[in-house]
Amino acid sequence: MNRFLKMFALAACAVMLVALAACSGGEKAEEKPAEKTEAAAPAEEAKPIKAGFVYVSPIGDAGYSYAHDQGRKAVAEMDGVETSFVESVMEGADSERVIRNMANDGFDIIFATSFGYMDPMKRVAKEFPDTAFMHCSGFKTAENMSNYFGRMYQARYLTGLVAGSMTKSNEIGYVAAFPIPEVIRGINAFTLGVKEVNPEAQVRVVWTKTWYDPALEKDAAVALLDKGCDVIAQHQDSPGPQEAAQERGVYSVGYNSDMSGFAPKAHLTAAIWNWAPLYTEAVQQVKDGNWKGNQSLWVGMDKGVVDIAPLGDMVPEDVKKMVEEKKAELAKGNDIVFVGPIKNQKGEVVLEEGKKADDGQLLGMNYFIEGVVGNTE
Amino acid sequence: MTLGFKLKKRDEPWQWGAPIILAGALLFSFIVSSLLLEGQGKSALDGLYILWTGAFGSAFAFQGTFLKAVPIFMCSLGVAVAFRMQIWNIGAEGQFALGAIGATWMALTFPNMPWYGQLPLMFIMAFIFGGIWAFIPAFLRLKLHVNEIISTLMLNYIAILLLEYLVFGVWRDPSSFGFPMTVEFSEGGIIAGIAGTRYHWGIIFCAIVGVLLWAFMRFTRMGFELKASGEGPRVARYAGMPYGFLVIFVMCVSGGLAGWAGAIETSAILGRLQPSLMVGYGYTAIVVAWLARLEPRNIAFAAFLLAALRVGVENMQLKMQIPAAFGEIMEGIILLSVLAGQLFLTYRLERKQDSAREA
Repeated sequence: MNRFLKMFALAACAVMLVALAACSGGEKAEEKPAEKTEAAAPAEEAKPIKAGFVYVSPIGDAGYSYAHDQGRKAVAEMDGVETSFVESVMEGADSERVIRNMANDGFDIIFATSFGYMDPMKRVAKEFPDTAFMHCSGFKTAENMSNYFGRMYQARYLTGLVAGSMTKSNEIGYVAAFPIPEVIRGINAFTLGVKEVNPEAQVRVVWTKTWYDPALEKDAAVALLDKGCDVIAQHQDSPGPQEAAQERGVYSVGYNSDMSGFAPKAHLTAAIWNWAPLYTEAVQQVKDGNWKGNQSLWVGMDKGVVDIAPLGDMVPEDVKKMVEEKKAELAKGNDIVFVGPIKNQKGEVVLEEGKKADDGQLLGMNYFIEGVVGNTE
Repeated sequence: MTLGFKLKKRDEPWQWGAPIILAGALLFSFIVSSLLLEGQGKSALDGLYILWTGAFGSAFAFQGTFLKAVPIFMCSLGVAVAFRMQIWNIGAEGQFALGAIGATWMALTFPNMPWYGQLPLMFIMAFIFGGIWAFIPAFLRLKLHVNEIISTLMLNYIAILLLEYLVFGVWRDPSSFGFPMTVEFSEGGIIAGIAGTRYHWGIIFCAIVGVLLWAFMRFTRMGFELKASGEGPRVARYAGMPYGFLVIFVMCVSGGLAGWAGAIETSAILGRLQPSLMVGYGYTAIVVAWLARLEPRNIAFAAFLLAALRVGVENMQLKMQIPAAFGEIMEGIILLSVLAGQLFLTYRLERKQDSAREA
């Protein structure tokens, strides 16, 4: 019996090996003609520019990565440009490997769209001096690496104007991801908008310590609703908080993209990304051979990189008009958001009357302003 | 007439079973995955080829896979030691975090030391920190009969929050614009690459630890006692084995190994402590340990295969634009079929028809 089993096992192994060999042989046969056509192509037309994108979450999230992918699609429309992307890439070691794989594969320009990709990208940039590297939301650059981000706080400020006008309880909830300057700056800008139209109102902040966790982020919104908030804003990539607001019959302010589809009755507006102009410009520069490293692009409404979603029907006409006016001002390049006097939570003046915050102050912002309830830990 | 089969217990274990089941399960999973790919209108053959080249196809790809396998291997080794004794340590994730914290503490405290001073301190502290994190549930289990599955799992969350507290707070690099990360370690605190490649000396360290652990389990009296205690605690006690001591011992070793994994990943790969260190290797380790049936050699193999799959799927994403979720589906199918296949190690199929006729 035992011998029979052994024989059978050996036979099974042999069959499997043959099957595997046949498979791999077949694959190779498949691959060869493809290589040939690729090699033949450059003779006929110029080699296409390849643009790669690395995303931190799935593109189906309607959030941050979705917005970046809309920008990628605009790039893909360009003549002589090919694009590809890898989604759900963990920051740290995984991202380094993914970026290196792209560079090694001959991509001409690579966009890494999350903060944690900064150090990995910088290391890879050193190894591939001919590739253009673009990192979103960080602060490091190199000869062949630039960083870029949008002045989202401008859009946040506009959504704050809307939220401040619509609240009745004067309690506005803000579900926030991590206490880093980008998020804190957004909360402060939002609060400035709220206070401008409604000095009585305050903004309550809850940290989820997640970027994308629909259930948890929804729960956080529910906790804020239980405290009496009647508008929910968010710095999260999931529509969880929108759904919570819709279920309670109160208002919400979305983020990343127009989230009205998730909460049509609640959705006042959203602070949204529009990466297409920035991405197409960068890729065009690579095409023309005048792309530059060591740049820090921080662009706002004047370039159309940040915007707000169309205001919902529940927003009164006079509010719509006021927001339009402020938006026009920002689109002209007149940054009216962080202008003194601005006080911190303790009531100390952090920005003198009439003074404008410079980029250094904005980028390192790690305190809340007056009117925010919560702490930055 | 009855159709179908029934299961019958094997009189003796199937000698060639393990490799056959693995090969069969892999083949089955690739067929299912291929069908899924074809269902999406992508060529399955291209897909498998791209998966292969992405994971092993070049020295470059192989390197990526290898480096990814290192922390999984180390954590899994730790988990397997505890599982051998039927102590269910689900806390490798937390012990990994604590190891990283311990190593970082040393690196930040003695930045001016040369590597031969700094790295040993980091490794010692990583082992102690990881070990302590595992000692707590071991102690609770012995003294208060607290189920270690729950306590180790809960300690994971505490460990991750502790790590976040440190990098968002006292250890935050003042020049990082408020972003959560420590300063970069000095040169002495970073495990160097071997001969200028990205393969680092931590890999050699892992290999040595793996061999030592295998030898310990195989050749020492204590290794035997561990396995025996795992089979039956009461018997072990009756035979005069120090059961309580053994529980504490395996948990500390288990936690210490995960701690080393954390130290290596922090020092060799990231060069600083930051929250993106935590990507779930501690949980992957449990899966790998089971796939490898707790044998150190198999663990190395399984960790490498799983890493290869994950790395290869990234390549499929890039070249074929399949969603990231496809990789997870594929991984799930493979794990399920391998585990389900193990049924046939102890049972075999027999035709129902025959037995009916006999009756």
